[in-house]
Amino acid sequence: MKTILKHYKKRVEYSLKMKREKYTILIPEMAPLHFRLIKPILARDGYNTDLMGYEGPDVLKKGLQYVHNDICYPCLLITGQMLTAMESGKYDPNKVAMLITQSGGGCRDTNYINLMRKAFEKAGYPNVPFLSANIWFMEYHSGVLMRPSTLLMAVSGMVYGDFLMILGNQVRPYEVNKGETDDVIDKWINFIIGEYEHGRGFTKGAMRKNLHAMGEDFAKIQKTDEKKVKVAIVGELFLKYSVPGNNHLEEFLAEQDCEVYMPSMLGFGVYKTNGALEELKKFGGKPWKRVIMEIAMKWFLGIEDLLISAIEEFPQFTAPERVADLVKRADGIIDRANSMGEGWYVAAEVLEFAEHGYENVVCVQPFGCLPCHVAVKGVLNKVRQVDPRVNAVDIEYDPGATKVNQENRIKLMLAVARENLAKS
Amino acid sequence: MRIGIDVGSTTIKCVVLDDENKIVHNSYERHFAMIIEKTKEVVEEVIKKFNITEPVQLAISGSAGMGLAENAGIPFVQEVYATKVAVSNRIPDTDVVIELGGEDAKILFLKGNLEVRMNGTCAGGTGAFADQMASLMNITGDEMNELAMNSDKVYSIASRCGVFAKTDIQPLLNQGARKEDISASIYKAIVNQTITGLAQGHPIEGNVVYLGGPLTFMSYLRDSFDEALHLKGTLPDDSLLFVALGAAYYANEPIDLNEALKKIGEKREFSAANALEPLFKDEAEYKEFSERHAKDTVQHRENFDTSEEVFLGIDSGSTTLKLVLIDKDGSILYSRYTSNQGRPIDVVVELLKEMYEKYPDLKVTSAAVTGYGEEMMKSALGIDLGIVETVAHFTAAKFFLPDVEFIIDIGGQDMKCFKIRNGAIDNIFLNEACSSGCGSFLQTFAGSLGYEIAEFAKIGLFGQKPVDLGSRCTVFMNSSVKQAQKEGVSVEDISAGLSISVVKNALYKVIRVNTAKELGERIVVQGGTFLNDAVLRAFEKELGVNVIRPDIAGMMGAYGAALYAERAHASAVRNGKADMDSKGLISKQELDEFTYETKSINCSGCNNHCNLTVNTFPGGRRFIGGNKCEKPVTQKSSDDSHNLYEYKLKYFEKLLETQPAEPKQIIGLPMALNMYEMLPFWHALFTKLGYGVKISGFSNRKMYIKGQGTIPSDTVCFPAKMVHGHIIKLIEDEVDAIFFPCLTFNFNEHHGENHYNCAVIAGYPEVIGANIRDFGKSKYICEYLGPHNKGHFKKSMWELMNKYFGPVSKGEVNSACEAAYAAYAAYENATRARAAEIINECRQQGKKIVCLAGRPYHTDPEINHGIHKLIAQLGFGVISEDSISHHMKKLTLNLRNQWTYHARLFSAAAYVSRQPDMYLVHLVSFGCGLDAITTDEVRSILESEGCLYTQIKIDEVTNLGAVKIRLRSLIAAIKQAEEEAGR
Repeated sequence: MKTILKHYKKRVEYSLKMKREKYTILIPEMAPLHFRLIKPILARDGYNTDLMGYEGPDVLKKGLQYVHNDICYPCLLITGQMLTAMESGKYDPNKVAMLITQSGGGCRDTNYINLMRKAFEKAGYPNVPFLSANIWFMEYHSGVLMRPSTLLMAVSGMVYGDFLMILGNQVRPYEVNKGETDDVIDKWINFIIGEYEHGRGFTKGAMRKNLHAMGEDFAKIQKTDEKKVKVAIVGELFLKYSVPGNNHLEEFLAEQDCEVYMPSMLGFGVYKTNGALEELKKFGGKPWKRVIMEIAMKWFLGIEDLLISAIEEFPQFTAPERVADLVKRADGIIDRANSMGEGWYVAAEVLEFAEHGYENVVCVQPFGCLPCHVAVKGVLNKVRQVDPRVNAVDIEYDPGATKVNQENRIKLMLAVARENLAKS
Repeated sequence: MRIGIDVGSTTIKCVVLDDENKIVHNSYERHFAMIIEKTKEVVEEVIKKFNITEPVQLAISGSAGMGLAENAGIPFVQEVYATKVAVSNRIPDTDVVIELGGEDAKILFLKGNLEVRMNGTCAGGTGAFADQMASLMNITGDEMNELAMNSDKVYSIASRCGVFAKTDIQPLLNQGARKEDISASIYKAIVNQTITGLAQGHPIEGNVVYLGGPLTFMSYLRDSFDEALHLKGTLPDDSLLFVALGAAYYANEPIDLNEALKKIGEKREFSAANALEPLFKDEAEYKEFSERHAKDTVQHRENFDTSEEVFLGIDSGSTTLKLVLIDKDGSILYSRYTSNQGRPIDVVVELLKEMYEKYPDLKVTSAAVTGYGEEMMKSALGIDLGIVETVAHFTAAKFFLPDVEFIIDIGGQDMKCFKIRNGAIDNIFLNEACSSGCGSFLQTFAGSLGYEIAEFAKIGLFGQKPVDLGSRCTVFMNSSVKQAQKEGVSVEDISAGLSISVVKNALYKVIRVNTAKELGERIVVQGGTFLNDAVLRAFEKELGVNVIRPDIAGMMGAYGAALYAERAHASAVRNGKADMDSKGLISKQELDEFTYETKSINCSGCNNHCNLTVNTFPGGRRFIGGNKCEKPVTQKSSDDSHNLYEYKLKYFEKLLETQPAEPKQIIGLPMALNMYEMLPFWHALFTKLGYGVKISGFSNRKMYIKGQGTIPSDTVCFPAKMVHGHIIKLIEDEVDAIFFPCLTFNFNEHHGENHYNCAVIAGYPEVIGANIRDFGKSKYICEYLGPHNKGHFKKSMWELMNKYFGPVSKGEVNSACEAAYAAYAAYENATRARAAEIINECRQQGKKIVCLAGRPYHTDPEINHGIHKLIAQLGFGVISEDSISHHMKKLTLNLRNQWTYHARLFSAAAYVSRQPDMYLVHLVSFGCGLDAITTDEVRSILESEGCLYTQIKIDEVTNLGAVKIRLRSLIAAIKQAEEEAGR
């Protein structure tokens, strides 16, 4: 029995009726490339979605106005984006729903959705339903029902996105004919969307075939043999990928004539699944839970292998490491049971990238991010000791952080990187 | 010939090297934000001096130089890198460079692979900070350096950012602490900030070189660094010019100077996206505004009969002193508003003397004091009446607007806002230490741009495109302003932008309003900052309502105090208690002979060892400042009988008396974070297995300083930072093992959907392992354990014991674990039972009860700063959240209730809201991210039941003055609510 408190407000459910009435589900855009595939995938099961990529001071102002100012930057920014969408005139305010991820872990992000509901309540939109994207069945909505094939398609979208992003980033800085790389990416995104529309393209066999063909297209692009500073971006998940979140970091680095390595999204998913399993191993838990997690892990590892093997077919490209290997890099630095937020992942990734020639690292994190105190700032000293090649700069993001300060810090890292490049 | 120009945040430097790398020209001057103009001047000077016509090698560096260089097509070199280039050319055997600049601070580790640290979003401990502190004391930077050399003690001053430090220094000044000591403390604070904030665990050793303005000009600062680092650093020649020098060395591209000059001159428009609406569209709007506000005035009478009854109100604020004399109708007869110049007593005596000079026969019927300096003024001037600031302001505001709904007061240092509900102060917002840069921030900024504040505000009124500087901490605004300057924004627009930012800071950061409607229609604004029309206008515009600004906005506290004195007198007369001979204030004669003495001593009453400032006034009246408890004042220990926090500490001390007769080894437990609750558990477990248990002791300042060099994140909460000192203490004690496990999960108390610990508690032992390089003779154990799952825990514990301490039987470990669970339960039951007793006893005695709700580690005396004692002294019983949370069943919340400690908080709030005589005071650690989520929820649980919510934010240094105001306002609100109910 629960005690009902006076201040309690029942959450608005996303009902089947809303689905039938084609409510627009608004999704904050994270990785621009991957997210181009989301809309067609969800449309398959009858969801009308749209992506939000709003940015700028007005967006932040709305966030600052309606959520506690000490909350992490991603929450503040996304709330601002959502409220901007409500006022944009683009959508019928009575016919929208919001979608936000919810990890269910000990990090604050598990409560973003609730803070956003509070913000909407205060801003005068108490009837907007919020959907939680999570893997733990944390909130039930009668209007949410997806075919298993759609879920598989979503996973395949992540794989395609990762592949196009990782290879594209390794080719684009060196392309002889400007724009060629992006043409290849566009061509393939459109092709995949077409496949999805026909209910194809998401099986393992299809993925293998398509990935190989994509790889060949990238391999064909004519490249210069210039040497460029190679920079990897690591850190908090949302900020790594979100363009409004990281103040156009990737663009800035490209302008500075760098090759940028963006880690795969799938890898993070595998890391998180592995984390849940490690937790069960360390702290115990119901045996059936462990069985389910073992099965999920095995399946995920299969997908991971599919992606990485497809890249490995082309030795000229750097492939990400498999999580099973990656985790070993964290040993002696931070325990593999630490998977709150970025956990051991950042430390291991930095060492991985250094090994693969991306020893210059930008570590992005929201100002005052709790897990980052441990997983980023807490262990960077140790990481530098383990591999002295690492040339890392950590950048904090919040509404008050100025681009000039951030860029100045990055430029310092780049100055050292250029010196090292000239020496080698 | 090679030229390097360094455009810094406050200065511009230029170096010209000849072909032998000799400096043939250099310049160093302040640019007052006129970056483009100054850069042109500097370049022109060089062209003229060397008669340059051909392209020469030139590079620009410096934080404000980036955009400029890009626009003009001149090579840019990042300033830290430039320093590195210069150092490796000039002083090649350098290991570490410490460079402090106007607004930035850097450390370069040159040995091995280059590592560089520079200040990020937090910009404390820089040259601007030192300047700001000096101006606070009304002295120059040089004087501050001189003074510091004659210091004999050091106060702890928060070093994280200038705003924090100011809040610490102000009360010290007000208490009469010596400027010599404060100056020295400021330098030490800068050193601490540099070491914790920048070195972040990287040891500073070897050949250290000092660079930059502050380190060049302030010898005491260098000495302080030497002392803290245990070495002797060097200050090279041209220490001011190294960045420019580095740029010169770096320059390798021939640049046509005359061409570059032209490009530098091209002014760019500031990007329109960042421009805000002007404060006034046109003259007419300004006229309407001025006329409307001219109406809110109080009557002034110059000539009056000195035989009349007159009442005096004194507001001894943080930076100012205000004095108002009124008649019985509230007309002002005499008033003064002045800076307290860091010596409020001298200033108030002068002011009173002036008053008596003008009206020699004046006899003050009754007087009252309010403000930070209330207690001191009362003893100095022999005044009996004191009134808490919030009530003083409310009293004054009512005079202008009897049915006022909301009052906001922005002063020099502090911001107070309160809602009025049913004629009583209902909800108080005080600025947290982090956003206190109110009026004095504007003032300092005006000064740094070369303006007087009044003039600065005035030019802002007509800025056409005010620049958007954000609404966060004012320290961040510094860099926003830097960016604006870089983009060539006019001073007018910066001024307007700053005023708008101060307002936004107040509204969104302190009061956290969502819409103007929440504040109501009837708003009174006051405080010196609102005398600034730009701020007033920005406020009205942001809220979209017209507000009342009394003409005496800056003196409302004093005016309220005077009104209070008048009412107190009237009521005494009504009750026939007025003693007509009561003097109300020391006489003119006493004033003429007024002298006082200030001594600073270390209190030895308890472990806190407070730095006390003892002022002795005529007639033997004494005032003691800097104390955390009443012991030095009353000579009595405080009454801890109804204080659960004290009970907990005693419980822990008692517990440790139980040790095995012949311990196999000694296991050290750091008394930090969750150890404040898990101690009984681990203690029982290890002693049962035959190990001795030693704790690092309760925290103190010294311990913190010892560990600070190993803290990697300067923005993590203070309780986490404190861990480092505890670990160092255990290493020094040479315990055999330091046991500090990672607990991702806490016990499941079935209050929420999950039972996590916060990410910091869960992972901090890892941070210790990764950042403390030498554990000496101790082995460090930071395994992941899950006591929430008993069966599994026993197994893991058995493995752990085998791994670190050699073979032991499963049975032994199992029974030790059982003992641990039993000991934990015993502790839990004991605190709950004690809380129940306290509640009962208090109820019998008619005492009210405060639930001081935070986390287990808020029991630590260094973390809670004795707030529990303060509450007890104010006459409350004190219990904690974990002692009452079990009374509630699982709750429905508007959150996912997934952290054990926070679940207790919600349950405690729900429980308190059902008790008529209980109040919740929420302790929040600065930088605690989870509290960004919990505070609003706790507030809404309490407010939905019509209860008061009081939050106190605490950090490494906490200004207890502000805490007192909060608590006294709470008492005033409780009293008023009771009166209302009684009526």
